[in-house]
Amino acid sequence: MSWAWRVARALLGSQYALMLEYRAEIALWALSGVLPLIMLGVWSGSGAAAAAGLSAQQLSHYFLAAFVVRQFTVVWLIQVFEDDALQGRLSPFLLQPLSPLWRYLAAHLSEQASRIPFVAVMLLAVGLAAPGLLWLPSAGALLLGILAIVAAFLLRFLLQVLVTTLCFWSERAAALDRLLMIPYLFLSGLVAPLDTFPPAVRRLALATPFPWMVDFPARLLAGEPVNVALGFGAIAAWCLLLLPIGHWLWRAGLRRYSAMGA
Amino acid sequence: MAGPIIRASGLSKTYRISEKQPGLAGTIQHLLRRRHRDVLAVDGISFTIEPGEIVGFLGPNGAGKTTTLKMLTGLIHPSGGELEVAGHQPYRRQARFLRQITLVMGNRQQLIWDLPALDSLRVNAAVYGIAEAEAQRRIGQLAEMLELGQELRRPMRKLSLGQRMKAELLAALLHEPAVLFLDEPTLGLDVNAQARVRDFLADYNRRTGATVLLTSHYMGDITALCPRVLLIHQGQLFHDGSLADLTQRLAPCRQVRLELADLHPPEAFAGFGQLEAHQGHLVRLLVPRAQLAERVAALLERFAVVDLEVSDPPVEELIGGLFRQRDSSSEASQ
Repeated sequence: MSWAWRVARALLGSQYALMLEYRAEIALWALSGVLPLIMLGVWSGSGAAAAAGLSAQQLSHYFLAAFVVRQFTVVWLIQVFEDDALQGRLSPFLLQPLSPLWRYLAAHLSEQASRIPFVAVMLLAVGLAAPGLLWLPSAGALLLGILAIVAAFLLRFLLQVLVTTLCFWSERAAALDRLLMIPYLFLSGLVAPLDTFPPAVRRLALATPFPWMVDFPARLLAGEPVNVALGFGAIAAWCLLLLPIGHWLWRAGLRRYSAMGA
Repeated sequence: MAGPIIRASGLSKTYRISEKQPGLAGTIQHLLRRRHRDVLAVDGISFTIEPGEIVGFLGPNGAGKTTTLKMLTGLIHPSGGELEVAGHQPYRRQARFLRQITLVMGNRQQLIWDLPALDSLRVNAAVYGIAEAEAQRRIGQLAEMLELGQELRRPMRKLSLGQRMKAELLAALLHEPAVLFLDEPTLGLDVNAQARVRDFLADYNRRTGATVLLTSHYMGDITALCPRVLLIHQGQLFHDGSLADLTQRLAPCRQVRLELADLHPPEAFAGFGQLEAHQGHLVRLLVPRAQLAERVAALLERFAVVDLEVSDPPVEELIGGLFRQRDSSSEASQ
């Protein structure tokens, strides 16, 4: 068994056990991620979707898929990292021959795994409340959708690694992340499908990493026609761009680290 | 490895801190034009430590002990000087270096709070590449030395402070580091728990030959474990040697405690030494070392002595006195 595989198994196992300890909290987090369902209600009543050429079914499938994508791409790295750095919990991790970022990644993956039952119950509740709203994606759409969710999560995680490294320069870098939430909310497709954007805004949005984090995987799951190669290619390109920047910032940040609180 | 395992030469660290005056005006000024000040936390200290040594690192709060430990472990970069630990430059934090050291902080924990220690130990074993059977053997051995059993299966949050500290020590030593940096490992522990941690550290050092650098505010830790101490004050190394040498250097006098059969006024002790305390039948005098035998003989001849004890003044009092003296003289020179 390789070292990396054993470390991954041990980290995921312990973090999953930890997340199960916090199951009530995770259920509440899952419940708090209902923005796409609220937006579905808003859009359904407005008639604006029809004007943009979307049927009621397309709209509901899109927002339900966006709800699922949102649930499994939540990233809270900066909050926990900032807290660990300020409280001195980061130092022991930095003294082990494993980057702390792998621990945080394992924590995120475990948290997502522990969300699965809560998301399933919420979808079931939607299905019971409105029987026509749920649909079963084809096997291909499901597989591609899951892959796109994983890729979208990795892109979002990497983007937040960049902002997180700013914690080495500022004690309150989480505020920057809150600033980043604004373009994320509007350009990702969480509040409106990208098809409904004016063409110029849509072009602008597609030049950012945000639509590939929600709109692309949601449309795949919803069975909409999507340029799969372009979507995965864009995510890969953004990851390849962010990875070396994040690596450089991390190393530069460590040189500034003052190990406060430890 | 031949030669010292820790070698520090002219090691220094300067922190740049921003300063803010109180009140609204100070806040606005801080916002518009931030003022910084350089603080020299460690000022060119040099020392070497041989493999297997247990060295106490002493000094008042803010003396630079923890900053030095952070540089020795590679957590922070030195501002100047040279440093080598186990053949590596710590700040480069190479995996081969990190596998040889450990840092235990009495006020911080690395084990996951809501899980049993065994879960965290499993992760540590994987991270350090310790085979599962070997990890089990080491956990068993260390648990026995630390008198830990079922506690390892209970969530950390349900353990007492002493049990948690012992579990932290177990986790920190699982990879059998060659150098242990211990920052206040007995902080907050009761007397019994402190004694058990000290016994464990002495035993561990004997068994493995690991090098230990220990900071503690409890002189009991230092006197029980450290044949050698480094005394640091205001970022500078004041003493490097044995505790006995330090005591002799700081205290040219010895303390003579007397219990007398009769009551005598304080003036009766003039000429025998410096009267430190006088309460009824109990008297405490400070007597120059060179004249100790002569003065004690004279005391025994002059007074009806029920009990007599000669000792060094408590070392923490000596160190505290020294620092107060140096602080006031440095303030006066400014």
